[in-house]
Amino acid sequence: MTPVNTILLKELRSHFVSPVVYVVGAVFLLIVGLLAYLYIVFTGAQAIQLMQVQGQAQINLNDLVFRNLFSSIRFVLLIILPILTMRLFAEEKKLRTFELLMTSPIGLNEIVAGKFMSVFLLFMGLLGLTGLIPLTLSLFSDFDWYPVLTGYLGLALLGALFLSVGVLASALTENQVVAAFVSFGLLLLLWLLAGLGSLLGDSTIGQVVSYLSFMEHYDHLVRGLIDTQDLVYFATALILMLFLTHRVIDSTRWK
Amino acid sequence: MIDVHHITKRYAQHTAIDRVTFSVAKGEVLAFLGPNGAGKTTTMRILTCFMPATEGTAMVAGFDCADQPLEVKRRIGYLPETPPVYQELTVDEYLRFVGRLRGLSGAILTGAMAREVERLGLSAVQHRLIGNLSRGYRQRVGLAQALLHDPPVLILDEPTVGLDPKQIIEIRELIKSLAGSHSVILSTHILPEATAVCQRVVIINGGRIVAEDTPDRLSARLRHSEKIALTLSRAPGEVEARLRQVTGVQHVHANGPPGHFLLESELGHDIREDVARLAVTNNWGLLELKSISMTLEDVFLKLTRHEEGVAQPAAGVADRVVVTEDKTESPS
Repeated sequence: MTPVNTILLKELRSHFVSPVVYVVGAVFLLIVGLLAYLYIVFTGAQAIQLMQVQGQAQINLNDLVFRNLFSSIRFVLLIILPILTMRLFAEEKKLRTFELLMTSPIGLNEIVAGKFMSVFLLFMGLLGLTGLIPLTLSLFSDFDWYPVLTGYLGLALLGALFLSVGVLASALTENQVVAAFVSFGLLLLLWLLAGLGSLLGDSTIGQVVSYLSFMEHYDHLVRGLIDTQDLVYFATALILMLFLTHRVIDSTRWK
Repeated sequence: MIDVHHITKRYAQHTAIDRVTFSVAKGEVLAFLGPNGAGKTTTMRILTCFMPATEGTAMVAGFDCADQPLEVKRRIGYLPETPPVYQELTVDEYLRFVGRLRGLSGAILTGAMAREVERLGLSAVQHRLIGNLSRGYRQRVGLAQALLHDPPVLILDEPTVGLDPKQIIEIRELIKSLAGSHSVILSTHILPEATAVCQRVVIINGGRIVAEDTPDRLSARLRHSEKIALTLSRAPGEVEARLRQVTGVQHVHANGPPGHFLLESELGHDIREDVARLAVTNNWGLLELKSISMTLEDVFLKLTRHEEGVAQPAAGVADRVVVTEDKTESPS
């Protein structure tokens, strides 16, 4: 068994005995389900209205349900994913098990990778469960699967980015609450960069600032556009965050 | 096996350890003795590559801690001050996890786990969550973890803390049994522990090594007079004066209840025979006569007390200690 797998399995085991994961998972699924229900009911109401006025209705589920749903899930992830990542390093430092990891013959890369993968797998599991929404909807109606799938790709990438920011925040402190708030703050900052970018307009600096935010990259994917530029954005951001985590942990040894 | 040369660890404000130099041979058990905050844990953390030294080199099993940390980590078993256990795992799961971290697998891992569970008496709690175990059991799980991959070098930070007296004896026996095949460094602020299990003692205080020797030689080096305890059943008033007249006797103190005396004589001058004859011929009722050697506890207290507020390097420790002993010990 490779060291990464060893860490990964141990982390998964720790996640599943912790009530945090069940609460977070339940809240996530409940809110996403509720959002989906509201959008579907709202779309249905619109369809009935159109029927009454025009006698016929062409409802685009992709626009009215999925795009709305995907942009709402961002908020849910912003609040929920920092809770999943907060304990990864903070708890180890607090309980002094960190000394065990750091004096074991495995590299820091492997520790960071294993821990990140454990939360990512957990998140993918939760995301997989939300797949029931498009599946049930497809039984009763027609919609285009392609933008739904790219939307899911967007969610997976967005989640990976949020989680990597959370891993970094957890490495910065030994207090889990602080870790959650730091990652929450960093993510909000990344979010607001988009607003700042559009305020600065079409200038070079405005474009750069907008590019730094995940908003437009995620929007492209939700709209069904797979652009290499967006994929590169998510990949670089993820690697940068994990690299910073590595540096942060390594530098605490020197203090 | 372990070679530490002039390591210094400086934090922003203070120096935790200052030019510490010592070495441990293969199969030797070395005690690191010092009060809290003396730099024991810092030294151990440097040896286990948990943190780097600011200056100096630390070599373990021929590998430099700064250059080849993975090679060093493979050869070290480390029990930190707080046992590094995951509360949400069972003892079995925890040991399996640690074994895999150290690269054990399959039958070797199972064998190693069975050996440590047996050796540390963990079989009763093997399937229980560590979070539900007592402090003593957690400490033993921590020890099992350090021994699991049978490393040639063991670094144990206060290994008997939190154990009951019976367990302390068992753990000490275990450490003694490891001597010969393993090099062990253990830190402690309990002195009898150092005498009980170690061949060599390093006394560290304020980040500096203040003495290094075998427990016996340390006490001998610091004794500057022979001390004898004398107990008499009948002690008339003249006893003290008469005892002073015995050749070689320097001081006589009444020591506690009536009839108890403490005699000091020149080093290398055994006065016991003369004192016994005197007591018997005068019919004082000699009950007890024994020579008192300084315990490591006294040595430790002297060395560390002396070091406080002294800004000199640690060279020539033994001489200076004898000098202060004159000041503090001789009331006359």
